[in-house]
Amino acid sequence: MAGTPNTHILSVLVQNKPGVLARISSLIARRGFNIESLAVGPTESPEMSRITLQVNVEDIFLEQIIKQLNKLIEVLKIVELEESAIRRELVLVKVKATAETRGQLIEIIGLFGAKAVDLTAEVITVEATGSPAKLAALLQLFEPYGIRELVQSGLVALGRGNRSLTDRNQRSERLKAVRTG
Amino acid sequence: MSENDRADELTGAQSLVRSLERMGADVVFGIPGGAILPAYDPLFDSDKVRHILVRHEQGAGHAAEGYAMATGKVGVCMATSGPGATNLVTPIADAHMDSVPIVAITGQVGSAAIGTDAFQEADIRGITMPITKHSYLITKPADIALAIASAFHIAGTGRPGPVLVDITKDALQAKTRFEWPRQLDLPGYRPVSRPHGKQVREAGRLIAESRRPVLYVGGGVVKARAWSELKELAELTGIPVITTLMARGVFPDSHPQNLGMPGMHGTVAAVGALQRSDLLIALGTRFDDRVTGQLSTFAPLAKVIHADIDPAEISKNRVADVPIVGDCKEVISELISLLRPAERRPKIDEWARYLQDLKRRYPTGYDEPEDGSLSPQYVIKRIGEITGPDAYYAAGVGQHQMWASHYLPWELPGRWLNSGGLGTMGYCVPAAMGAKVGQPDKIVWGIDGDGCFQMTNQELATCALEGIPIKIAVINNQSLGMVRQWQTLFYQGRYSNTDLNTHRIPDFSKLAEAMGCVGLRAEEPADVDAVIEKANSINDVPVVVDFLVHKDAMVWPMVAAGTSNDDIKVARDMAPVWDQEEL
Repeated sequence: MAGTPNTHILSVLVQNKPGVLARISSLIARRGFNIESLAVGPTESPEMSRITLQVNVEDIFLEQIIKQLNKLIEVLKIVELEESAIRRELVLVKVKATAETRGQLIEIIGLFGAKAVDLTAEVITVEATGSPAKLAALLQLFEPYGIRELVQSGLVALGRGNRSLTDRNQRSERLKAVRTG
Repeated sequence: MSENDRADELTGAQSLVRSLERMGADVVFGIPGGAILPAYDPLFDSDKVRHILVRHEQGAGHAAEGYAMATGKVGVCMATSGPGATNLVTPIADAHMDSVPIVAITGQVGSAAIGTDAFQEADIRGITMPITKHSYLITKPADIALAIASAFHIAGTGRPGPVLVDITKDALQAKTRFEWPRQLDLPGYRPVSRPHGKQVREAGRLIAESRRPVLYVGGGVVKARAWSELKELAELTGIPVITTLMARGVFPDSHPQNLGMPGMHGTVAAVGALQRSDLLIALGTRFDDRVTGQLSTFAPLAKVIHADIDPAEISKNRVADVPIVGDCKEVISELISLLRPAERRPKIDEWARYLQDLKRRYPTGYDEPEDGSLSPQYVIKRIGEITGPDAYYAAGVGQHQMWASHYLPWELPGRWLNSGGLGTMGYCVPAAMGAKVGQPDKIVWGIDGDGCFQMTNQELATCALEGIPIKIAVINNQSLGMVRQWQTLFYQGRYSNTDLNTHRIPDFSKLAEAMGCVGLRAEEPADVDAVIEKANSINDVPVVVDFLVHKDAMVWPMVAAGTSNDDIKVARDMAPVWDQEEL
């Protein structure tokens, strides 16, 4: 079972049914898999949701996570995204801002392509999206000013190019309807 | 499908019963209660579905398992919401571990009351999520037929397992148009039964090159009903066969190539073969810790071909060199055609001779107690010898289970019912009941322990009243024998809370009589045959035989928990001599 842990991003396409998120999180917890982030949301099709899982595990455990998730009846497809995939997180953060520091902060916000969404005499609320590395750099710059409150979304990611996860689903693994007896 | 069916205006409950009829469920084991009550009204009228009223929901669940194991069909149990449903949790977990196809139908409080901590409300779908193959919470009557059809399909195909269908009371009461689904909507469920040709060819190549191969055969081969294929493959190649606890009987014990059971209480030949093998051909088995012992020292020289219908089992515990996802019947058939040419068969004469010698030198045996008291192994052996291999045998969990696995006549497939994965004490009586309902013309013996028997014997009343004449042998050593054995070996003989004092309390024979069964007892070796023959001659009521056996008998061989298979002992402080010749 040798190997070093690596970060992997899994896109999990699931049927949009009640309880499906509970099934996935319960499976992850009881099998002892370590998840760094999990984000769930709608897709282009109302019947499906897409879950983006970020895991930091050895390859052998990654294989088990994928196989165990695949056993869930409501899981339609699991794809590990390539290194080149577009990865984004959203952060909303309240940074302390005085009359003297406000200008510096606005400069940082501009450089990172972020947005100031609320402003009071004491704080500036910033909305930023980007790769986890970019957001980490931004937050590091905010740190000296004082971060009052912070909320961050899980990672969402999309493969590059023409193909889509649902396309691939239909082309390579035909959605088979099971005949009843 | 008739026009009639489609247009029928039914209640959800009627729709449920009609769906069960459509699925060919001829027996349901259950107990009614408030939330499931609407379902029991149309069930009363069904002439296709027989409902067997059990005494505890756990009995219903294990009976459904026993029925499924004995027939190969999907077993069905039914219970009400809350405590009725939670009493099903143990058998559902048991079925999940041992891949037994059952459908559990539970009533749920009205949909408006869900989440309010209503009377007899329990989130049974949430509770059973980790131990079901799938589950449904149905709140609309129109969804019942599709849920039942899907539940049966999921339970019985691929790797079998339990499926829960929880139906709210209002969904059972409301009217709906009954519409039998033409198709199931299960796009995410595609069990692979046909193995990949390339993988099978690679397996064939490894087998041809091997010198010390072993067929390591598990319960998946029983579930795939692949015993004839297995026999053909074994005889074609001469490769020795090891049958796990779940697979006893899938390959005849009398066959010279059968080395017996592997694992913690496996035979020396089976354990020794695994440890020295250069190729494990693992079929429908999951490298359970009870088989492998300390994983890092398990079969250290072997490459592994692992075929299973569940891809998640492959490389879960032991990395497979050749993974094959597929149904064992198809996998074995393809291996047979690959290995048919003589030059493709492995050269294993020396290996076979070595194992035959090991098997001859270390047969699994026992010593008769010196004080002339009854030995449990003798009792179990005689039950098998007198009754023969064409009976069904169920066991509880513990020493008697291991002895049943070693000493009953395993010549025919699918005759053995036991709780292997979960190790559920109390499995025996209700599972035997379910097996007898499924195989009414066969003798069904339950080999139970005095501890196990006291957990679920209330179902004997069900058996007596419903005309289910099972036979139960209580191997009464007045203690929780397996735990006591561990206390002997690992806790310096400090018998903390393992003495059940069941010499006469309860009096099992009187208890049996009180429940409408025939109660018999044997205390001396001389009584044994007569009492077994008497039990076998009674076919109208259940029989319970209390075999009062000596309490110090231990299960051997044994690999202590967490240690290596190499450290197997054939008796206390006695290791086998392996003859470390070069093979």
